[in-house]
Amino acid sequence: MKAKVHVFLKPGVLDVQGKAVEQALHGLGWSGVEGVRVGKTIEFDLQSADRAEAEAEVKAMCDKLLANTVIESYRVELA
Amino acid sequence: MKAAVIVFPGSNCDRDCKIAVERSTGAQVDMVWHGDSRLPEGLDLIVLPGGFSYGDYLRCGAMAALSPVMTEVKAAAERGVATVGICNGFQVLCEAGLLPGALLQNERLKYVCKPVSLEVTNAQTRFTSGYGGRREVVMTVGNGEGNYFADEATLDRLEGEGQVVFRYQNNPNGSARAIAGIVNAKGNVLGMMPHPDRAFEAELGSADGALLFQSALASA
Repeated sequence: MKAKVHVFLKPGVLDVQGKAVEQALHGLGWSGVEGVRVGKTIEFDLQSADRAEAEAEVKAMCDKLLANTVIESYRVELA
Repeated sequence: MKAAVIVFPGSNCDRDCKIAVERSTGAQVDMVWHGDSRLPEGLDLIVLPGGFSYGDYLRCGAMAALSPVMTEVKAAAERGVATVGICNGFQVLCEAGLLPGALLQNERLKYVCKPVSLEVTNAQTRFTSGYGGRREVVMTVGNGEGNYFADEATLDRLEGEGQVVFRYQNNPNGSARAIAGIVNAKGNVLGMMPHPDRAFEAELGSADGALLFQSALASA
């Protein structure tokens, strides 16, 4: 199974990288751009036959290591 | 008096911390590798040094916080052993859940490296008792991700309980409420972005850091 984990700073937590990218886009003329957030994607193969089990496992990985839930939220995709 | 400095792959202030603690307190300082599963017996002080543990990959301090030795550091901190995390060490303590909050990228995306004036917000902690009536100390910061963050309720609690130990006079990185250092509720775990290990002799521009290590070991 392929797992993809998307990690972003929570809404309300200042994303300075997002702000810098937003300003750069404005500088290039895309003045309609708003609310840019820069996150990361972590992908990996996971040996698991059961989808629900895999999801629970990836969530545990997120809570333990892949995301810091004090400042970040995450979304898991399995395929 | 016995102290230990924890060495993670990528720590770069570990030897500075050892020398700073030795020269300011005369304590015996052991270096403990992150992969060790035991700490030396009878420790009075544990220092988590600055640097870029695990290359700052994923998040600063995230992987260091899960190192084998951290299980022992947590247990020692829970027993009441004085524990200080400096810079990357502060990030590790937050990631390990020993201190609340987290350190974000600096507000203006700049690595800040300079001496800063700090208000001693709480001079009653076991780390600051040596400052006596002094309300201001000078230490150096060197960080790109030193912007302290916690939710409003946590910040209110920290302030209300006297857990804010140091505050920047001129906030260099956007830290919430200008917080530079905090202690846990029990008062034995200190995390701070400024470096007392870079301010332990007058020749370094300030000897204010020496008092912090002396205070931490005063009861040992």
